[in-house]
Amino acid sequence: MPVYLDHAATTTLAPEALAALTRELARTGNPSSLHGSGRRARRSVEDARETLAAAAGAHPSEVIFTSGGTEADNLAVKGLYWARRAADPARTRILCSAVEHHAVLDTVEWLERHEDAEVCWLPVDAQGLVDLAVLEAELSRDPASIALVTVMWANNEVGTIQPVARMVELAHAAGVPVHSDAVQAFGSVPVDFRGSGLDAMSVSGHKIGGPVGVGALILGRGVKLTPVQHGGGQERDVRSGTLDTASIAAFAAAAEAVAARLPEESARIAALRDRLVDGVMAAVPEAVLRGAPGAGRLPGNAHFTFPGCEGDSLLFLLDLAGVESSTGSACTAGVPRPSHVLLAMGLDEDTARGAQRFTLGHSSTDADVDALLAALPGACAQARQAGMAGHESSIQTAGTLARQASGRS
Amino acid sequence: MSGGVDSAVAAARAVEAGHDVVGVHLALSRMPGTLRTGSRGCCTIEDSRDAWRACDILGIPYYVWDFSERFKEDVVQDFIDEYAAGRTPNPCMRCNERIKFAALLEKAIALGFDAVCTGHYAKVITDSDGNPELHRAADWAKDQSYVLGVLTHEQLKHSMFPLADTPSKAEVRAEAQRRGLSVANKPDSHDICFIPDGDTAGWLAEKIQMTTGDIVDESGAKVGEHPGANAFTVGQRRGLKLGTPAADGKPRFVLEIRPKENKVVVGPEGLLAIDEIRGIKVSWAGLPIAEVATGEDFDCYAQVRAHGDPVPASARMAGDGLVVTLAEPLRGVAPGQTVVLYQGSRVLGQATIDAARSLQRAEL
Repeated sequence: MPVYLDHAATTTLAPEALAALTRELARTGNPSSLHGSGRRARRSVEDARETLAAAAGAHPSEVIFTSGGTEADNLAVKGLYWARRAADPARTRILCSAVEHHAVLDTVEWLERHEDAEVCWLPVDAQGLVDLAVLEAELSRDPASIALVTVMWANNEVGTIQPVARMVELAHAAGVPVHSDAVQAFGSVPVDFRGSGLDAMSVSGHKIGGPVGVGALILGRGVKLTPVQHGGGQERDVRSGTLDTASIAAFAAAAEAVAARLPEESARIAALRDRLVDGVMAAVPEAVLRGAPGAGRLPGNAHFTFPGCEGDSLLFLLDLAGVESSTGSACTAGVPRPSHVLLAMGLDEDTARGAQRFTLGHSSTDADVDALLAALPGACAQARQAGMAGHESSIQTAGTLARQASGRS
Repeated sequence: MSGGVDSAVAAARAVEAGHDVVGVHLALSRMPGTLRTGSRGCCTIEDSRDAWRACDILGIPYYVWDFSERFKEDVVQDFIDEYAAGRTPNPCMRCNERIKFAALLEKAIALGFDAVCTGHYAKVITDSDGNPELHRAADWAKDQSYVLGVLTHEQLKHSMFPLADTPSKAEVRAEAQRRGLSVANKPDSHDICFIPDGDTAGWLAEKIQMTTGDIVDESGAKVGEHPGANAFTVGQRRGLKLGTPAADGKPRFVLEIRPKENKVVVGPEGLLAIDEIRGIKVSWAGLPIAEVATGEDFDCYAQVRAHGDPVPASARMAGDGLVVTLAEPLRGVAPGQTVVLYQGSRVLGQATIDAARSLQRAEL
């Protein structure tokens, strides 16, 4: 069994979720149908809605089930933008942090290209924290022109937790609604929708032990949203499509399980993470921990840059040694690109290319950390050597031979 | 792995032979296209996914290595520079020399691998002392030893070509089908991968400053004007738009490009026949044969194009350069092209053509 240190990508299915999933998959019934089978399915969905709402500090009617975090982000950002602009055409500005997940980042860029949105990218400091002074200044500069603010709860790469409640206070003072992508935070740190004051918040099933393909947008009762997907009018007429009873039930079961254990589990995982961080720094002293220290980051997140190493070489060598990690950033056709998050935090491209993210979850143990610490020094040394290969070749080629020959003559 | 059928089958054979294989797709552009169109282009996202799928079926890891910067410098820019200097380069050869069997090989060795395995149709034979020789593939029609002729002893020691003994391409496709590789019927790649629409002249025109100049005949008399000398290749007949007809009324061909004078020299077909080639940047595919050190003449076959016929020749080293005297004249030999020398199926080595001499023209 490989050592799995990529829980931020997806994590183990919780036994409660598996039980709910298989139970519901074996049954027939569309929750929108009025007969007995439909009523039974509807019962499961509405139970799940209440359970998830309780876990997220929301009212059940604020839960809009989606196909996952990406859909929830699209729905929130596009839906809020369109609804706010429809109410007042002057509202075309979007304030968005520079370190968002692509589900928000690319949605905002799409609105910029196709829907006349004007984007203000909120800068972050070296730890990845949004600069509140800039947010405040942008909010006070013609607040009537702002459609929405969107800032993630916690970053998926470096794990930095944003001061969401404070940002909501500032935005609401200017009369602007706020969305937050809480996909990484939910189930990992206390996330209380009501307490945060947020207008919309995205969560995902498979990051907390639920199945892939289900998520939710938590949407304040009074918040108007233009739908992205049209059809049968399910989910407050905001998100049409037959409800996926089995996945929804499993998602809620996972959320309930995770909420019940949250304080102990996050303390256990944070302690394990601290041991991992200390161990990595001892084994590879030149490694640099990225993101906020201690309680400022997600308990399961450890993110480093290793000078001189290509992130993908390191990933490959660790994979070969049976340790599964991530470079942390998205790729197109597998082409590794330096992370926009690290660049926004002020790193140069070469440094950013040396990124490696280790993320822990409920199934993580001391043995996992030990395995990483055993494999890492060798992998780093070899990756550094391979990193030099991209620059000047030491292999004898026709070209180098010709240069040598002309040097002699 | 390009995402094509040859590299997929080569990988499959390497896995079957018991090697520890990892699939690597080269990203040669940071902005890959989405879908492939016919036989044109390469490195699209679709190609990458095809390679990935093949690796999944073979049960091996798959990685994309980004060599786009190196490729841009060593292959694309070299291609532009060579044309700008009035020469005709072979970018596939440059890629083999500097990317696939250099940058990629070096990274692979650093990561603990022993060799780069590709779907080229060519054969490496290793003698009892471990010295490699490069040979033509069993199927001479598909043989790609020409574009590998630039590989050195060290590069060949770390090269594996599992398709060497395959009787035909059809066989490779059938094998891919049998192995459940979805790329079995994917069209072959042609043309230059970084010029996706195949319009080399148009592509070059955007990159190279073209200046109008004179077209002259073999005696130096002006017979027309051209929009830019770099757009022409030796042996070209069409598109010359000559105002003055030839004395004998026969068609005229591009004999030579003189980039410094911005002149294109044209003449009758007979003067295209090249009898002697002088090569520079000589390299030997494995250990050089004895005559290389002694400077003696040796009999061989010379080939100047990837799919051109080899002609009998006699060659010798002269200083750092190579002189090849052709027993049968060759047509359309341009500076910048590569001459690869063979003895039987064995590739001896190669040189970049610096000068091509026509005896008939020299007598004029």
